[in-house]
Amino acid sequence: MTLGEVRPGETVVVRKVGGVGPTMRRIMDMGITKGCQLHVRKVAPLGDPIEVTVRGYELSLRKADATQITVEKNV
Amino acid sequence: MAHTIALAGNPNSGKTSLFNELTGSTQYVGNWPGVTVEKKEGYIKSDRKHMIVDLPGIYSLSPYTLEEVVTRDFLLDGKPDLIINVVDATNLERNLYLTTQLIETGIPVLIALNMMDIIEKNGDQIDVKQLSGQLGCPIVETSAVTRKGIKELIKTAISLIEIAEGVGKTATFSTPVEKVIAAIITLIEGVVPPETLRWYAIKLFERDEKVLHRLPLSDEIHHQIATQTEKLETELDDSAESIITNERYEYLTEITNRCHRRARKEGTLSHSDTIDRIVTNRFLALPIFFLIMWGIYAVSIQGVGDLFIGWIEWFFGDLIGANLALLLESIGTSEWLVGLVVDGIIAGVGSVLTFVPQMMILFFFLSLMEDVGYMARVAFIMDRIFRKFGLSGKSFIPMLIGTGCSVPAIMASRTIENQRDRRMTVMLTPFIPCGAKLPVFALLVGAFFPHSSWIAPSMYLLGILAVIVSGIMLKKTKAFAGDPAPFVMELPSYHIPRLKSVAIHMWDRGKQFIKKAGTIIAVASAGIWVLQSTSFSFELVEAQESMLADLGRFIAPLFTPLGFGSWEVAVATITGLLAKETIVATFGIVLGLGNVTEGDPTLLASIGAFFTPVSAYAFMVFTLFAAPCAAAIGATRREMQSARWTWAAILFQTGFAYIAALLVNQIGSLLFL
Repeated sequence: MTLGEVRPGETVVVRKVGGVGPTMRRIMDMGITKGCQLHVRKVAPLGDPIEVTVRGYELSLRKADATQITVEKNV
Repeated sequence: MAHTIALAGNPNSGKTSLFNELTGSTQYVGNWPGVTVEKKEGYIKSDRKHMIVDLPGIYSLSPYTLEEVVTRDFLLDGKPDLIINVVDATNLERNLYLTTQLIETGIPVLIALNMMDIIEKNGDQIDVKQLSGQLGCPIVETSAVTRKGIKELIKTAISLIEIAEGVGKTATFSTPVEKVIAAIITLIEGVVPPETLRWYAIKLFERDEKVLHRLPLSDEIHHQIATQTEKLETELDDSAESIITNERYEYLTEITNRCHRRARKEGTLSHSDTIDRIVTNRFLALPIFFLIMWGIYAVSIQGVGDLFIGWIEWFFGDLIGANLALLLESIGTSEWLVGLVVDGIIAGVGSVLTFVPQMMILFFFLSLMEDVGYMARVAFIMDRIFRKFGLSGKSFIPMLIGTGCSVPAIMASRTIENQRDRRMTVMLTPFIPCGAKLPVFALLVGAFFPHSSWIAPSMYLLGILAVIVSGIMLKKTKAFAGDPAPFVMELPSYHIPRLKSVAIHMWDRGKQFIKKAGTIIAVASAGIWVLQSTSFSFELVEAQESMLADLGRFIAPLFTPLGFGSWEVAVATITGLLAKETIVATFGIVLGLGNVTEGDPTLLASIGAFFTPVSAYAFMVFTLFAAPCAAAIGATRREMQSARWTWAAILFQTGFAYIAALLVNQIGSLLFL
């Protein structure tokens, strides 16, 4: 599944960060890399973007970008 | 010899506060050559020999953002003697991610481990000695809030420069990756300085466009590097960029696991989490947000602003203006010069400076919101709406401030990192009706639509509509086309604001406005006064025979298709460039009524000669959209950092105004007359 489908409150592990270019590099630079744990905190009041906890801090990204990230539940 | 120290670190790492502590108040603020990224320099407070360059806050040294490229270029070409890397101890892994890249540049790195007070308060532990050993860099624990460690940081920095040591240990990657990097190093040996070999090798492996173009490598070498890279990419089933990023973080996870102990269990809520739960709550977020905005607006624009406006008008008009006039006359200055100085320059500059207290208060709140960490949440909440027409959530703040005054609104666009978004926001913010346009609307509504209460609010609606339509339109042009700016944004922890840094921030912005806009206003005011008071033979005349009136007669035909082709209205349009509220005063002067306000019954009666109801509405539309006042143009120039973009903005706004007013008049005339 992709990060875009994860519900708030769930914790997942990143399997692959897809795509290339500035946005994907930025996402990886911010610490979303293969094998790291993500906790989806919430969705913005209007439904987009989402907020995740990664490596101990809060990060927001748009759903469109989140669908490029393949994740897996329960490790 | 003077030495240079570069100050680098993540945004929100407390870098700016530390810079202020290190340099005191003597700083030089400018821009990096050719780009709108701010450059700050200052000397170490205690010795004045070591210059500190504050680099932009960045997360990585990728080739994709302006800020990162500026930093890379400075580190590789500017050759600073030392990098002080500010690291937020509460966010170790992501901050050290940049550190490993800084170490690769071959420049000695000194780590300022900042926010250690929060680590202690949380009961966390960081084994600083071991961390320093692992990274091979000296570490000084600091806290910009309590000023802890500042002296030691300076001492360590100076001694490191003297012995020219402190190059850290570079991150090690997996064996296959290291093999390829070693191979690339042998290929480029002799092409780049030996201490930067590893840096360039990694960048070439990542296919960094900027480095590929920069190095004079033969096609043969390029080909060999590409083959090696592709081979490993197939082997590991991942892109080179992604391989390096992954392994860099893996290397850091291992180090931080060894050095960092967290007291708080996973899943428990900190104070910051609790606050965030409320202010970005699904149902409460928007009401809370609008309440805060309304509060700031009420206090700065209406409350304090109005209070000070009277004072400043009194100060410039009655005190300085009147007395200076007496003084100049008493020493026999000609009437012409007295008028120019007192009625032209002082009155003009004074009218603009009336905005300063409002702006200062507004900037105070904005800086506060930024410092507390709320600004990022605003962007988070509003992004969905603004993305629809090509802007990001951060554009909301300028537009909102724009209902008060475009000048602070345009300056508030500073907080938008993406250059395209920032330019578009600067261009479109003046479309939101500002306070100075209201008297103009009031005058025309009073004269032509006394019983239609929807006319004035319709201006706000048109303003918002214009922003949306232009946003969609501009996105289709070459200058604004391209992928939407990534919205991958850190939501920093809330913390108690540091009043000192808020105050410095506020003063920085205010000072720039007074200086830059002030000079433009002085010249523009003098210019308009001369035009309005003299004829082409440079004799003092009444407004009706002035150069301005002739100029008005000359350009008036341009406005005929819009329905208001008389020279009087044309003149008012020109003076509106100085300040929108002068449009009302201008009507008073050209009609020979003297100094009147928008409610004056004679003015209301005589203005009927110039407009039909339809053309009056067209004039309101034109005033709403046309090039903003001189102060706002000055602010535009300052934020655009380019004369070309400033002209583009003015022409776009005026063009938009012309077409919109033309449509209103032509279609309106068909429907109603």
